[in-house]
Amino acid sequence: MDPEGDHYPRNTPGNAMESVVHLHAAVALLGRFPALAGVDLDVARGEIVLLSGANGAGKTTLLRVCAGLVPIVRGEAVVLGHDLRHDPRPVRHRVGLLGHATGLYDDLTVEENVRFWGRAARAARADVEAAMALVGLDGRLRTVAAGKLSAGQRRRTSLACLLARRPELWLLDEPHAGLDADARDQLDQLIVQAVSQGATVVLASHELDRARALAHRTVELVAGTIVPAGGEPAGGEPGAAAGDEPEHGDPAHGWLEHGERARGRHGEGASHVA
Amino acid sequence: MWRDAGLVAQRDLRIELRSRVTTNQVAPFALLVLLLFAFALDPDRGLLERVTPGLYWTAVLFSGLLALGRSAALDEVDGTRDALRLSGLDPAGVFLGKAAAVAAQLLALEALLALGVAVLYDAEPASAVLLLATCVAATAAVAAAGTLYGALVGGFRVRETLLPLVLLPVLAPVLIGATRAFEAALGGAAADGWPWCGLLAGFAIVYSVAGALAYGTLLEDT
Repeated sequence: MDPEGDHYPRNTPGNAMESVVHLHAAVALLGRFPALAGVDLDVARGEIVLLSGANGAGKTTLLRVCAGLVPIVRGEAVVLGHDLRHDPRPVRHRVGLLGHATGLYDDLTVEENVRFWGRAARAARADVEAAMALVGLDGRLRTVAAGKLSAGQRRRTSLACLLARRPELWLLDEPHAGLDADARDQLDQLIVQAVSQGATVVLASHELDRARALAHRTVELVAGTIVPAGGEPAGGEPGAAAGDEPEHGDPAHGWLEHGERARGRHGEGASHVA
Repeated sequence: MWRDAGLVAQRDLRIELRSRVTTNQVAPFALLVLLLFAFALDPDRGLLERVTPGLYWTAVLFSGLLALGRSAALDEVDGTRDALRLSGLDPAGVFLGKAAAVAAQLLALEALLALGVAVLYDAEPASAVLLLATCVAATAAVAAAGTLYGALVGGFRVRETLLPLVLLPVLAPVLIGATRAFEAALGGAAADGWPWCGLLAGFAIVYSVAGALAYGTLLEDT
């Protein structure tokens, strides 16, 4: 990929503090379960933000909210200038989500998969080729069917699809999972390179040592809310809070109050610099 | 929209060619259905000739269900639906591309079944033009309605069994119209078949427009 390419908005004094992600008291439900219970988060352009937290804390849901795939039922959510409550669709082609699922078609080869998703995003052929080269898929693997790849190779193919699309906002859910040591280092370099070109990255990871070294700051999620470093989960024990049924008929209602209590306890702008 | 439709159709056809499900499973199944009908009705050759159009389209619908189920399942595995939603592809284009790919498979299947019918049932068309027009219109109708309903049931775990249940009643007018048009084409009264062909074309247009308009919502909600 052309390091001098102008696909990403450049980090300039004028837009350096531009908020790419703005969530305020955001509540998102998975069924009736409030996976996000009043989240406040601002991510500036060019930042790398690490989401940490236990399983079920809401990291994946937060990433999917930012991608416009999970609607919020309360609060504010503005991503890349688009109000997600109004219409999440315009933002989607500008974000890249590397999740647990790969989004690959098993019967297509690596090259066909990357080319399909790249062309879907109007990527140039050169970008597609460069994306495969960057993750080491331009050799013999390019003609191998995705269904025959190992988990790590599928992950790399999925990453190549993301690179080919050149999204402005990278949303990475456990991006290092399944990758070998070299591929992990390579991924970290790609993230740093993308950010240097103006991309913004929000990643969730359990590999905190590696991810913290990469991130500009860490945000901790507990029971669907963001807490400061070392802070207690809002509303008592994390597990108990996450499992509680809301008191009101609207499941979001109780959790909004729960989130507001959390913000009151820990102060506004609960995310912290690592 | 048309560019996206081409991209998706190309993808679906490539996957089908690669997996060979249509050639190795759907086509043999369709021929088997025809063969079984021929075994069951062979003693009464006159009856077999009379019911040939109905048997042909029944075989097309049954085997078409397999192709439609495959098409719907393609975008339900390993995060491909989310990837589609994030892709920037026009949902109308995705719908039209998927329907076009299914239609291409169905047309190939129909050509194969036509050969089977000619050999097994001694059927000869009196009006090839009506026969072809009926095939195109009915295929478009089945592909459009099937793709729409495939997306509708796509989010359900039981989609494989649910799709025939909801789709076959919807396709009953197609079965009736295509059978009547074929009867006219095979019987030499082509003029009687054209209104049925028109009905099929109308059905195809309605479902194509409805599918193109609704597909984005279905991708979100199911």
